[in-house]
Amino acid sequence: MLPETFWGRIQYLLQQYGSSFLSGAGNTMIIAIVGTFLGCLIGFIVGIIQTIPVDKRDSTVKKTLVGILKFIMACYVEFFRGTPMMVQAMFIYYGSAYLFNINMSMWFAAFFVVSINTGAYMAETVRGGILSVDEGQTEAAKAIGMTHVQTMISVILPQALRNIMPQIGNNLIINIKDTCVLSIIGIVELFYTTKGVAGAYYTYFEAFTIAMVMYFILTFVCSRLLRLLEHRMEGPQNYDLATTDTLAHTSGLYSYPKKKEEK
Amino acid sequence: MSEKILEVNHLEKAFGSNQVLRDIDFSVSPGDVTCIIGPSGSGKSTLLRCLNMLETPSSGEISYHGTDITSKNVNVPEYRSKVGMVFQNFNLFNNMTALKNCTIGQVKVLKKSKEEAEKKALYYLEKVGMAPYINAKPKQLSGGQKQRVAIARALAMEPEILLFDEPTSALDPQMVGEVLEVMRDLAHEGLTMIIVTHEMAFARDVSKRVIFMANGVIVEDRTPKELFENPQDPLTRDFLSRFRNA
Repeated sequence: MLPETFWGRIQYLLQQYGSSFLSGAGNTMIIAIVGTFLGCLIGFIVGIIQTIPVDKRDSTVKKTLVGILKFIMACYVEFFRGTPMMVQAMFIYYGSAYLFNINMSMWFAAFFVVSINTGAYMAETVRGGILSVDEGQTEAAKAIGMTHVQTMISVILPQALRNIMPQIGNNLIINIKDTCVLSIIGIVELFYTTKGVAGAYYTYFEAFTIAMVMYFILTFVCSRLLRLLEHRMEGPQNYDLATTDTLAHTSGLYSYPKKKEEK
Repeated sequence: MSEKILEVNHLEKAFGSNQVLRDIDFSVSPGDVTCIIGPSGSGKSTLLRCLNMLETPSSGEISYHGTDITSKNVNVPEYRSKVGMVFQNFNLFNNMTALKNCTIGQVKVLKKSKEEAEKKALYYLEKVGMAPYINAKPKQLSGGQKQRVAIARALAMEPEILLFDEPTSALDPQMVGEVLEVMRDLAHEGLTMIIVTHEMAFARDVSKRVIFMANGVIVEDRTPKELFENPQDPLTRDFLSRFRNA
């Protein structure tokens, strides 16, 4: 009853298990996207804390507090960067029940592990992104009286974010692929699904060919979409000269293009 | 004599064991246009950066209307909003248009409404001849244009005193003119300015007084006429003669 040819078997598997593959891919994407997003948030918070400047003029309390925070953050980054995600998944999923009597749901453990892992990598990326913004930008912001927080939010972070977009894309793609290690705690993502399908008829080669193509489509589409987003962030390549009397139109600033059309 | 805006007393600054500023004393009154000249490495820029606390002085005091701003309990950002600064490398915010560059400080620091800030920003952009470029990003502007926007950004905060750190040193000769012209106009309007510069003709014609610095000390602090025509110190004479021969 199983078709004779390779392509025939692939077609058969797709017909029989197409929806399983799709839901597996869906789970993979959900974990990857949520994990990357939360990871970026964690990364930004940690990266920002690690780049808080400490001035000689600051109070001892602030210095100690910042010092302790930075130490904790550094421990977090080193630990989660330095151990495999698969081991972390096991450790956290089973360990939480064993040590603290917390019964984590599988899904919670999955999001948690991916986010916290991505966060550890992103923290360093964000730190690099912040350091990559020219010192002059900070000085200029300070010189007009901005506080450290204002400088970060309005000037440094937008530029840092633009600089680290390629790395965020990198992380998303790594996460799409690496969610397959979560099959170890029973998450039915694309890899887990494929293993099941392959085992049903002993069609390992065919099933994993399908999985491979699907993984590639997912990562490729994501990488292109992120490229598009990067271009968006660049803003327009051209600008219009404001030819009308700017002083007379102070409130209607943003309608310049429209005004030109009217002429 | 009107009240002094800034008074600098016994200011010292050291980077490690390198003593950059030694016992600097001077003061600024409203309407003063002060040029600081001197050879590279003489501490001119460091002095200027100390004045708005971008560098923390090692000792001495800088008093702003009688308050020592180097003391710990002073709100430095608030002080900086009253002391504008124009940088050698412009340092326009790369992620904002020319207009946004001039409004962000007003909105975030002075807590003005967006409309009010834009009105003011446009007024000053117009003044420096950059009003047509409000929608341009810094990377789309030439050096001279960037510096003029940077001046408008500083002016939009309506500071009491404006510091210029070699504002024309990163510009080609053609663009130097357009920036100096703007600065000249500001000087004539009575804006209080301290300008670190290598433009001797500008210092001679525009400033009310010229400070000559060498090796971290103020060697001479006099009117431009006196300093350029009759320099007292051999260091000043030596420095100026190099410009005459050039």
